[in-house]
Amino acid sequence: MDFNDTPDEATFRAQARSWLETNAKPLGDGERRGALAEPEDREAVDRSQAWQKQKADAGWACITWPKEYGGRGATPMQAAIWAQEEQCFEVPPNIFSIGIGMAGPTILAHGTDEQKEKWIPKLITGEEIWCQLFSEPAAGSDLAGLRTTAVRDGEDWLINGQKIWTSGAHWSDWGVIVARHDPSAVKHAGLTYFVVDMHAPGVEVRPITTINGGRIFNEVFFSDVRIPDAYRLDAVGNGWRVAITTLMNERASIGAAGGDAMIDELLALASEPQPDGSRPLDNAAVRQKLADFYVRSKGIENAGKRILTTLSKGGLPGPEASLAKLVAGSLMQELADYAIGLQGQAGVIQSSWTDRYLSIPGIRIAGGTDEVLRNIISERVLGLPPEARADKGLPFKDIPSGPPNA
Amino acid sequence: MNFDFSEDQKLLQQTARDYLAENAPLAACRAVLESDQPYSRELWQGAAELGWLGTAIPESYGGAGFGQLELAVIAEEVGRALAPIPLASSTYLATEALLLAGSDEQKQRYLPRLATGEAIGTLALTEAAGQNATEAVRASFHDGKLSGAKQPVPDGGVADFAVVAAQASAGTSLVLLDLTGDGVTRQPLDSIDPSRPVAGLRFDAAPAELLGAEGEGAALASRVLDRAAVLMAFEQLGSAARAFDITREFTLGRFAFGRPVASFQVIKHRLADLWCELELARSNSYYGAWALSNDAPELAVAACLSRISTSEAFDLATVEMIQMHGGVGYTWEYDCHLFYRRAKFDAAILGSTSHWRDQLITRIEAQAAA
Ligand SMILES: Cc1cc2nc3c(=O)[nH]c(=O)nc-3n(C[C@H](O)[C@H](O)[C@H](O)COP(=O)(O)OP(=O)(O)OC[C@H]3O[C@@H](n4cnc5c(N)ncnc54)[C@H](O)[C@@H]3O)c2cc1C
Repeated sequence: MDFNDTPDEATFRAQARSWLETNAKPLGDGERRGALAEPEDREAVDRSQAWQKQKADAGWACITWPKEYGGRGATPMQAAIWAQEEQCFEVPPNIFSIGIGMAGPTILAHGTDEQKEKWIPKLITGEEIWCQLFSEPAAGSDLAGLRTTAVRDGEDWLINGQKIWTSGAHWSDWGVIVARHDPSAVKHAGLTYFVVDMHAPGVEVRPITTINGGRIFNEVFFSDVRIPDAYRLDAVGNGWRVAITTLMNERASIGAAGGDAMIDELLALASEPQPDGSRPLDNAAVRQKLADFYVRSKGIENAGKRILTTLSKGGLPGPEASLAKLVAGSLMQELADYAIGLQGQAGVIQSSWTDRYLSIPGIRIAGGTDEVLRNIISERVLGLPPEARADKGLPFKDIPSGPPNA
Repeated sequence: MNFDFSEDQKLLQQTARDYLAENAPLAACRAVLESDQPYSRELWQGAAELGWLGTAIPESYGGAGFGQLELAVIAEEVGRALAPIPLASSTYLATEALLLAGSDEQKQRYLPRLATGEAIGTLALTEAAGQNATEAVRASFHDGKLSGAKQPVPDGGVADFAVVAAQASAGTSLVLLDLTGDGVTRQPLDSIDPSRPVAGLRFDAAPAELLGAEGEGAALASRVLDRAAVLMAFEQLGSAARAFDITREFTLGRFAFGRPVASFQVIKHRLADLWCELELARSNSYYGAWALSNDAPELAVAACLSRISTSEAFDLATVEMIQMHGGVGYTWEYDCHLFYRRAKFDAAILGSTSHWRDQLITRIEAQAAA
């Protein structure tokens, strides 16, 4: 039992670090890149793209992807090492979590050679930005309940409907979209997966403001948008299977984020003397609470090391990797809440803690809500029975539905 | 990154699991719990023959010469079986104390007999409710004689010798004494888990000798507890995993409203949450095992992490176990209470989790200052 790199891993780490050292500025001691960082404006997007290009030119972008498309053919463990090293440097926020984290792996798994040649190289160089058009007003957790239609028209498909919560749609060039080609088929069987050009006529992106005033997601309307059949991924009716590939990659990349420095900041906050000279950290109740937070934070960190061990031994983590997102989401929310409370009335004044308090709820919803993750863990890890369903075996058009939420 | 046990260690674990599956059904734990028998002599004999008791004892002192990682995987299996043997007292506490602070002569005298199971040792620190700090003990040690009283002493009714914290001229010290000798009175106490017996011990000028330097007792005791906390965490992990498995099986087999109880979402989600807690506890305990086996300075913090998360997770597993069993979970006949009792015992016997939380913050601050 040790935390050491294997000789190969150490060599790889040294190469990665040496490239980073000549191309980026190291962060100071204790500084860590926020896992939540999202580009907020065009300027940040440009920086993000420039950094991606720089990495791609040197062979350090999308390193697990095949060499023929510009990847490095690296192992998942090497990708994890690269991510650890990159975290220690001051680099722009990442605009590619959807394109590179989800769309790319889906195309690599389900696309034809022509499709891979068309899209993968520009994903690697960061020239094109992607978004994920899955959720709809009436289909979130129950993604297969989506209603956007795809109707065959000659060599094309005509897309009509509405997507929502689409992160980054406003600066995306391409989107992956799941649509219903057959409403008379049972729910999951009537779906087909496409790539859509976000600049095509009939695509309209409208911003939605989040509770923290952020501008990350949108609603996207499709009116007779034409998609060539050549942009269909996998067979007609296989949309659900392809979507699962995307979602598995989504959870893997969200889970891997983790590693936030919040607990250290909270300890530092609690060590600051208050106006009466006392430190919160000397108060018994505060000590008990912070100890619990610390134990949970380290538990997540140590669980991550066990996942890295699986990678290092050539394995791939399964649905048990949902643990990190599920536990970290509520823990971060509690930490931010506690930090605000520690400051008394002054807690209401805008700070990094209030900012976090307002951004964390999104984490517990995006990419599978806490409740959906509990379903996944209980069914796929623990083997408990699936949810009772009211829509089983019914043609989609006959399934009862409630009002959409937007 | 190799944050896992080795193949050899896993093999050792599997052997232990197979042996206990054969020889230590839960009925063995129950037999001790329901009788005046303090522990299962057959199992103790078996554990000795398999070399478990001397796992971390060097060969030169009659042990197997493995390390704490090997002991940890055995502990997990002993926990999984709720095996009614004084392993924790004799091995995690007394043996570790001797390994840490014993003179060569003391090690020669005790370790070979600990390894064969001929001698059972224990650690006696606390005297009164609410006491956690070893500095506050009142027992006294002067001119080779120990006087005072200790309770609760785990396996104090059967142990052959004990490591005891007492005040000496230079301050709190650890002393070693033969419990079968003069000046020792033992009083069995009722334990929340009768498969883990406890006793009160009285010393009236009982002959004893220093273990480690005089005045170093508090620091030594703390180090012994850190080591025991990690090993105990593995026993707790094993017990908690067994409680979880039994509960899962039960909810899958028990029907209500025409469906398995395990199909109700509130049950599924609580089992998912419990599984998360157990995984966090396991991950923290691995960290503890790493620190322990490397004698790393991180052990001070890692022991707290192991102890707190595993005690809490085991507690939760057994609370949920009874609840999810319904009425039968509340009967003497079902095994739920064996786990429920064991969880509470294990969570308290090395000092409560609130004490370890407090200690954790102190140690994080010390580490940051260093
Ligand atoms: C910040 C952010 C970014 C996002 N980005 C994207 C994106 O880029 N692309 C995209 O397609 N989507 C995106 N989403 C959408 C996200 O995937 C959905 O919001 C999420 O899946 C939940 O769906 P919903 O909002 O329709 O809520 P609902 O599914 O309506 O859920 C409402 C409540 O019901 C609970 N619930 C639902 N089903 C069950 C069940 N079976 N058992 C128990 N409880 C249940 C939920 O947990 C939740 O508490 C984003 C969301 C957020 C917050």
